[in-house]
Amino acid sequence: MAEEDGDHQPLRGSDPPDQVLDTVLETVLQFLTCRQDRNSASLVCQSWHRAEALTRSELFIGNCYAVSPARATARFPRVESIYIKGRPRFADFNLMPRNWGAHFRPWVSAMSRAYPWLEKVYLKRMSLTNDDLALLADSFRQFKELELVFCEGFGTKGLSEIASKCRQLRVLDLSDTEVIDDAMDWISSFPEGETPLESLTFDCVECEINFEALEGLVARSPSLKKLRLNRYVSIRQLYQLLIKAPQLTHLGTGSFSQSENIQHLDDNQDLDYHSAFAACKSLVCLSGFKEVMPEYLPSIYPVCANLTSLNFSYTNINPQQFRSVIVHCHKLQNLWLLDTVCDEGLQAVAASCKDLRELRVFPVHPDEDIEGPVSEVGLQAISEGCRKLQSILYFCQRMTNEAVIAMSRNCPDLVVFRLCIMGRHQPDHVTRKPMDEGFGAIVKNCRKLTRLAVSGLLTDKAFSYIGQYGKLVRTLSVAFAGDSDMGLRYVLEGCPRLQKLEIRDSPFGDEALWAGAHRYYNMRFLWMSSCRVSRLGCQEIARSMPHLVVELLRYEEEDAPFVEEDNNNFSVLYMYRSLEQTRNDAPESVTIL
Amino acid sequence: MAFEGDLNLEATELRLGLPGTADHDKSGVTKSNKRGLQQAQSSDHEESNIVSNDENKRDHQESTRPAKAQVVGWPPIRSYRKNCLQPKKAEPESAGVYIKVSMDGVPYLRKIDLKIYKGYPELLKDLEDMFKFKAGEYSEREGYNGSEFVPTYEDKDGDWMLVGDVPWNMFITSCKRLRIMKGSEL
Repeated sequence: MAEEDGDHQPLRGSDPPDQVLDTVLETVLQFLTCRQDRNSASLVCQSWHRAEALTRSELFIGNCYAVSPARATARFPRVESIYIKGRPRFADFNLMPRNWGAHFRPWVSAMSRAYPWLEKVYLKRMSLTNDDLALLADSFRQFKELELVFCEGFGTKGLSEIASKCRQLRVLDLSDTEVIDDAMDWISSFPEGETPLESLTFDCVECEINFEALEGLVARSPSLKKLRLNRYVSIRQLYQLLIKAPQLTHLGTGSFSQSENIQHLDDNQDLDYHSAFAACKSLVCLSGFKEVMPEYLPSIYPVCANLTSLNFSYTNINPQQFRSVIVHCHKLQNLWLLDTVCDEGLQAVAASCKDLRELRVFPVHPDEDIEGPVSEVGLQAISEGCRKLQSILYFCQRMTNEAVIAMSRNCPDLVVFRLCIMGRHQPDHVTRKPMDEGFGAIVKNCRKLTRLAVSGLLTDKAFSYIGQYGKLVRTLSVAFAGDSDMGLRYVLEGCPRLQKLEIRDSPFGDEALWAGAHRYYNMRFLWMSSCRVSRLGCQEIARSMPHLVVELLRYEEEDAPFVEEDNNNFSVLYMYRSLEQTRNDAPESVTIL
Repeated sequence: MAFEGDLNLEATELRLGLPGTADHDKSGVTKSNKRGLQQAQSSDHEESNIVSNDENKRDHQESTRPAKAQVVGWPPIRSYRKNCLQPKKAEPESAGVYIKVSMDGVPYLRKIDLKIYKGYPELLKDLEDMFKFKAGEYSEREGYNGSEFVPTYEDKDGDWMLVGDVPWNMFITSCKRLRIMKGSEL
């Protein structure tokens, strides 16, 4: 002990030196916020592992089944905010049974005991019930932020619990989340008096709300910056909210049309929507327009010049109507559209939005075999006008290698490239060749690319390009592509950073599956549906890799009447690394090997 | 030197194993990976026969599959988005509400479907276009100001009412016919 040497004056009383080291470490590690850095720090030695675990306040769980709540809470005792992701992305497209899992219950139960000071919960693709929300509201006195993305299983009763009991609630954001109508007026559940609300997003909630209560809530929430309304809010009601909250920075406009219950003819004639928007000098993000009446669009002109983000992806407007808006939007960085704006609309974007970073173009008619309004022309125009583009999601009916190659050259900063040619196995529209060269150019020229989704007619050559050049690719989505096992092998052997691999309807089998065995412990998951893997092949993988959970999903009749059954009686292989034993909450249609 | 025993050197020791594991088994995770691969390579020969048989079967299945059978989850658009956009298309369940429209001084009548309008402004604009007139400004107190022509309708009770007084939904269910009256007759 330090006291042995009497002449020394130790810094902190009788603390042994290694504890001093720990304290110093903890103090320093507190400043590490990036989780990858923290993961690295925790691997240095036991001392650092311990100190890092004690100082991690933000916990990210990329797969809710990779680690149990008990293990997580035991290792990290001082967590204040938690991110949990559940289902894999292909579940969004009805490829997974509805009751597959990803339940919030075990997590909220464990955290209610372990983290009574918890402030923030972010869930993506999880299932939660009203009871879970009630438990959350009861357990965490200082709860501040709840964000639910692509979640389901609860209703307005659960929302009411949160609204009424979480007195320090700053953020309640529901995005693309299903909310059951429990006939509960949750907006009225917010307490009287001033609230600390900063963000309220409920644009996906498909039930009517008590507008008077909402008006009152907005009026007594001086910190409110983000408000995203659902389509049951009419433009007239929007006006009444805007004049009460001109400090908004993010606005979801709701329906942006007249309600059907017009009381009097002059109801809408006298409202000066233009001025109401003009008063919102801080508005930078606009969305909604779910049932837009195009004649009202000019009222947003005053805010266009400041907009950095615009979501028109539910907005059915023609190119002319769109152009008259977009010409004002010079600062735009994020833009989501419906393809009703046509190639012409995209040309207008290319001309006006020189700062564009992210573009998403969704189809109004998600069918195959039809004439689409956007094509390679729009993509080429965007590539020429928006050189700073980092992320693109583009649905179309026809495409050419030339346009894709042009984008790879014009937009070298691309990090995310997702092209969905909706007709399966569609070749280059002009040359009738496969789309191999286009995607090849993307991986070759876009040195920062981390996320790629491919489509159209693709041979194994495309995958050899991806394996050869896609060294930073973390997420890869493949559908109806490739010729043989070599395609998948190229990717599994060539892409060292691959984390998430989702494949459907492609001719990859057991040999290819084996080729990736050395990778699977370093990946978050592998999804293969309607491919050529056999039950036997999956069993071999499961047997030789004890920390890999190999799930085989079967379709029940009601769920997916159009899917063909394999000889092996499963349609989806979903496998992921995990520290735990087989989960016990899987439904009957799931076999875990 | 007196401190060495107390420095807990094990805590700061750098090893190849994961620091989270307390045991001294240095096999770690990576080794078991390699075992798996060796296993795979040795069993490949037996597996390959089975696999290629399966592939043959599947080839046959592929060629007999209909070209454009509807496929679940393709194109990859979420149901919520699809549902939001669909209502814009035809609503076959509700039949149109066709009513006759007459205008004073015009010899023939027109017929319009009230269901296609979302509200009064659209209806009036269409009437104005159809009959080439201007209805003037509507206000609750004074009716239509500034025009010779006034839109009226006959309701279920047989009374002639001014267009615009009642909520739209009530209007389209109670309106039996429209008449654009000339101001001089009022």
